[in-house]
Amino acid sequence: MARRLGLHQEVLQVNVWRGNASGGKHCHYEVPSLESQTILDVVTWIQRNLDPKLSYRFACRVGMCGTCAMMVNGKPRWTCRTHVRKVLDNNTLTIEPLRNLPVIKDLACDMSEFFDKWDRAQGRFHPSKTRSDDVVRIPPTSVHRTQVDAAIECINCAICYAACDVVQWNPDYLGPAALNRAWTLVNDVRDNNQTVRLRAVSSDAGCHNCHSHQSCTTYCPNEINPTASIAGLKRATAKATLSGKI
Amino acid sequence: MIGVRLYLAQRISAMIMAPLVLIHLVTIIYAVQGGLDAAEILSRTRGSVVWGALYALFVLTVSVHAAIGLRVVSHEWLKLRGTGLDVLTWVVGLGLMLLGGRAVVAVIM
Ligand code: SF4
Ligand code: SF4
Ligand code: FES
Repeated sequence: MARRLGLHQEVLQVNVWRGNASGGKHCHYEVPSLESQTILDVVTWIQRNLDPKLSYRFACRVGMCGTCAMMVNGKPRWTCRTHVRKVLDNNTLTIEPLRNLPVIKDLACDMSEFFDKWDRAQGRFHPSKTRSDDVVRIPPTSVHRTQVDAAIECINCAICYAACDVVQWNPDYLGPAALNRAWTLVNDVRDNNQTVRLRAVSSDAGCHNCHSHQSCTTYCPNEINPTASIAGLKRATAKATLSGKI
Repeated sequence: MIGVRLYLAQRISAMIMAPLVLIHLVTIIYAVQGGLDAAEILSRTRGSVVWGALYALFVLTVSVHAAIGLRVVSHEWLKLRGTGLDVLTWVVGLGLMLLGGRAVVAVIM
């Protein structure tokens, strides 16, 4: 229930997970409700006014950098672009660190494994030309370019990774973001590392472990569809295997 | 816990199984219309190369498909890893092949 404090100020009931790698618990705070308030505003208000030791991560505050993701009422969200009004449940917010990643402290997770998996999925571009070669002309309407366009706007926020049950069940699984990245490069006609990449995403931890249940797609704040990218990888790797290329 | 080869084996076995299941169902429904009993059915299947081949293929694809499916479930839900997981996959696959193989032999020979 919304309580009123002082000058008709509505108050939000907020539970924030506090702790570190060895464990923690939820702490309760009361935060003034404001117009157009985001979850990140709430966390920042707590840190500035109630508990300066609260740790969390953010940078851009406009949905560009991908650092502010947290679990909000059980769902992974980019907190700088998530309005309190949209996710408030019975005037209560429960804010926790992202799922599927080890906690460093409070709401800040260790992202190393998430990014290591980008590397393991061969998420780096390997140029096939040098600076003295001509620029490759890629028509914006070409099939490959269209596939890249659909998947390229990833901000590395790990929301899809937190939403994926297979990552939870099988911690080695490369996960939706790294595989989505690999798919953009599989479609990059300038890249010359394709065989190695197709092998990497075909490993025991690769794209074939995806169950296509689409949690990643449901929660991706940039409306990317990693499930479709992974389906593309499954097709590409199956073809390459059957034709003896990998 | 599956790479591209097991993935392909599971998809291809499913593609083969689908029509075989249909043939099996349609045939048993059609065969019992006139009130066939076990002895009459056996008299038709015994010595039949076609039925033998069909059911042998069915047993083979079921064994492959089920072994890979249970491998994934055991890895994700029972947290089985490494050698234990490989052993389970083989035991399920070979076990089903053995049991199914016996049934095929019984119906055909
Ligand atoms: S579709 Fe695949 S990658 Fe996406 S959440 Fe489901 S299992 Fe994970
Ligand atoms: S695919 Fe979407 S949810 Fe996943 S890391 Fe990229 S932007 Fe975030
Ligand atoms: S703070 Fe940069 S995306 Fe939220």
